[in-house]
Amino acid sequence: MIEWFAWAQFAVALAAGLLCLTLGLARRLPSDLTVGALALVEALLLAQLVVALIAPTVGNRATGSVLEFYVYLVGALLIPPFAALWGLLERTRWSTVVLGIAALSVAVMVYRMLQIWTVQGV
Amino acid sequence: MSGQVGVQISGVGRLLVAVYGVLALAATGRSIVQVFTKFDQAPLAYALSVIAAVVYGIATWALIRSGAGAYRIAWVAIGFELVGVITVGTLSLAMPNLFPHDTVWSKFGMGYVFIPAILPIVGMWWLARHRPGVDVS
Repeated sequence: MIEWFAWAQFAVALAAGLLCLTLGLARRLPSDLTVGALALVEALLLAQLVVALIAPTVGNRATGSVLEFYVYLVGALLIPPFAALWGLLERTRWSTVVLGIAALSVAVMVYRMLQIWTVQGV
Repeated sequence: MSGQVGVQISGVGRLLVAVYGVLALAATGRSIVQVFTKFDQAPLAYALSVIAAVVYGIATWALIRSGAGAYRIAWVAIGFELVGVITVGTLSLAMPNLFPHDTVWSKFGMGYVFIPAILPIVGMWWLARHRPGVDVS
């Protein structure tokens, strides 16, 4: 895991979550902006997957449980597509709030992944 | 109910489903890790983790489904969670040696910002206001 990249990813997920929550509570329906924000969160997770697969081969190894790391990563990868699908099927403002909850959940999971990679087991 | 077939939940109740879904995913992931890596260390705590994960999954499913059957299942699943979080939460504080390893319910769900304690109460409130066939929303 590249630390600055994980923090950037955390910040993007947090910002996307707060944006969607705010717009949802302001009665906005899911839009290109909010669904796009979740797409960005998902793209960064896919990039993180690539980084996590390559990093150990160049000496950047997880200090904690690799299994736990990947359970979080795979779990996080599942969340934005479900939330976005929900937003496309259900055109209500609550779907925008759900997008926000999804992005915030990803932010928490990225933070846990960073902990597992850098401080767990040290 | 909003004219849709097969879907019980609407409006703000959808948030409940979303949070339950995330919690089910988190509890499932965690219990898989615990069972596969260190089940011998704390069989009671990790068996509870698996049960909690399954019940969160059932609750999520039952909240999405419509009909009297799913409604009853939702009550049972959410009631089980409330009993679980209160029992394990109290025991983990009163007799910490019984739960040396964390479960989703330890210390009233502190590791999950107390969501496991708050969610069943919100869920029961929602269920009580949304009996099948009675539209109050």
